[in-house]
Amino acid sequence: MSLSPDLAPTTTGEDIQNYTINFGPQHPAAHGVLRLVMELDGEIVERLDPHVGLLHRGTEKLIEYKTYLQALPYFDRLDYCSPLAMEHSYVLAIEKMLNCEVPLRAQYLRVLFAELTRICNHMLNLGSHVMDVGAMTPNLWLFEIREDCLNFFERASGARMHAAWFRPGGVHQDVPLKLLTDIGDWLDKRMPTLFEDAISLVADNRIFKQRNVDIAVVSKDDAIKWGFSGPMIRGAGIPWDIRKSQPYDVYDRMEFDIPVGTKGDCYDRFMVRVEEVRQSVRIMKQCLRDMPEGPVLTEDRKVAPPKRGEMKQSMEALIHHFKLYTEGFKVPEGSVYVATESPKGEFGVYLVSDGTNKPYRCKIRPTAFSHLQAMDFMSRGHMLADTTAILGALDIVFGECDR
Amino acid sequence: MSHSAPRYASNDGVADAIAKALGKDVVSIDEVHGEIAVTVVTSRLVEAMIALRDECAYQQLMEIAGVDWPDQDPRFEVVYCLLSLTKNHRIRVHVRTNEDVPVPSVTGIWPVAGWLEREVFDMYGVLFEGNSDLRRILTDYGFQGHPQRKDFPLTGFVELRYSEEHKRVMYEPVTLAQDFRSFDFMSPWEGADYVLPGDEKGEAK
Repeated sequence: MSLSPDLAPTTTGEDIQNYTINFGPQHPAAHGVLRLVMELDGEIVERLDPHVGLLHRGTEKLIEYKTYLQALPYFDRLDYCSPLAMEHSYVLAIEKMLNCEVPLRAQYLRVLFAELTRICNHMLNLGSHVMDVGAMTPNLWLFEIREDCLNFFERASGARMHAAWFRPGGVHQDVPLKLLTDIGDWLDKRMPTLFEDAISLVADNRIFKQRNVDIAVVSKDDAIKWGFSGPMIRGAGIPWDIRKSQPYDVYDRMEFDIPVGTKGDCYDRFMVRVEEVRQSVRIMKQCLRDMPEGPVLTEDRKVAPPKRGEMKQSMEALIHHFKLYTEGFKVPEGSVYVATESPKGEFGVYLVSDGTNKPYRCKIRPTAFSHLQAMDFMSRGHMLADTTAILGALDIVFGECDR
Repeated sequence: MSHSAPRYASNDGVADAIAKALGKDVVSIDEVHGEIAVTVVTSRLVEAMIALRDECAYQQLMEIAGVDWPDQDPRFEVVYCLLSLTKNHRIRVHVRTNEDVPVPSVTGIWPVAGWLEREVFDMYGVLFEGNSDLRRILTDYGFQGHPQRKDFPLTGFVELRYSEEHKRVMYEPVTLAQDFRSFDFMSPWEGADYVLPGDEKGEAK
């Protein structure tokens, strides 16, 4: 028997060939229903083919059959880890087409809650990433923060996750003052303690670094070519943040820094998210400090419903309310692509209107699509066990990926 | 501009620069709702995209969206959303195509287009010439039809259940307990061209 260099020697004289394994679709480290078909040479990943679509619910098709307002709750159910960030793109797209002005307080509230959503999302992602590479405790500690966030959502909107609180023209309801003071206290005391405690367990941890540093290095060129956005493109070292470069709502009044990675590996992406959480806290504090009093929904009665009290006095208000919740509002013809910085990256909505009360087409640009697609080249040459670290650092949620 | 959607660099002069860079490949350049949409000749898409990337600095392809216009010919519209990281600007590139006319694939320029084109193929049946991996992506294994087409019913054609009898998952034609209701909100006084149920008598007069 001759020993060729690419075949490993065995005791029985058989050749060891590449073999294919199936990862998922039911696997706790797959972060949902992801099926990865992996071709392995020993434990080295040679090729990786992600199969997505197992959670495809036809959201875009359903939206075409709903009025603009009825379609809004579908967005909560896209990325169910950061529901308000999903709504943000959609309401901004509608407002852009209607050219509808949003009251200042509503803009501050939206930014405040978008950042709370970012914290909420990163808690889940950082925690599960850490757990994927073997540590248990930080995930449990970070979930305490996430629980607090969900309680704040509940107090603002009545729902813990699927808030449907951002509306075209503002937000659905004003928040009680006590909620804002509670968020302020939480940002000052509870949140930093819990967060820094949990992160101190992993940030300099030897095992965590061994599992993440130099894993799946992405160069700047690759990040651009593969359509990366959010923490993924910043991890690769490009300081690109839509909140900064293309500010929406009141982000242009906020002072915050954009963290970037130096190497573009999984550890960088993790640390970018960690720093983003601290910056989100900064933004939220500025929101609480500067938020003015005033209405939270536009006065344009063709877009936003009147107040309850008004409806009991005024026939016109009653008609407006009735028309708005049956027929909805009509959006002028045309199309827009509006993208915002969701916690996972650029979340865009391409909205086509034919002038009726329903969207003619609503294409949702998920962040996960471009990131997950790049997983093939990111995983090549790495060990099987590294795929979970890579997947954790991608931050993927299938509600949004599969739509 | 009173809305609060993302504000990027101004559109001034962009249309002229694009028209100059693309030359004859441009069909039209429109600006609606403050966004520039460039329609290009379908067969010249790749050349136009390279010019946009290299001369106009639109480095990133963020999204490919399909749109179905069943009453028009060509029927499908494929929309490419481009982003310039250096100029902080966005444009859209539109091409029109039919079921049997493939669109040149841009996977050679941006590898991210691979899945995005697969999705448009899956949802609309638009073919992409040069995409080596044009499989379905979001729908089920073995799915038939293209669900985002306007003539594909919302309820679909088949439904899925686990059959205890056969010990496997089975597809069956879809049965609805109640007809699918679609409300059009057209006012019967303002040009709805159908007779409301119960109004047939009035029409007969």
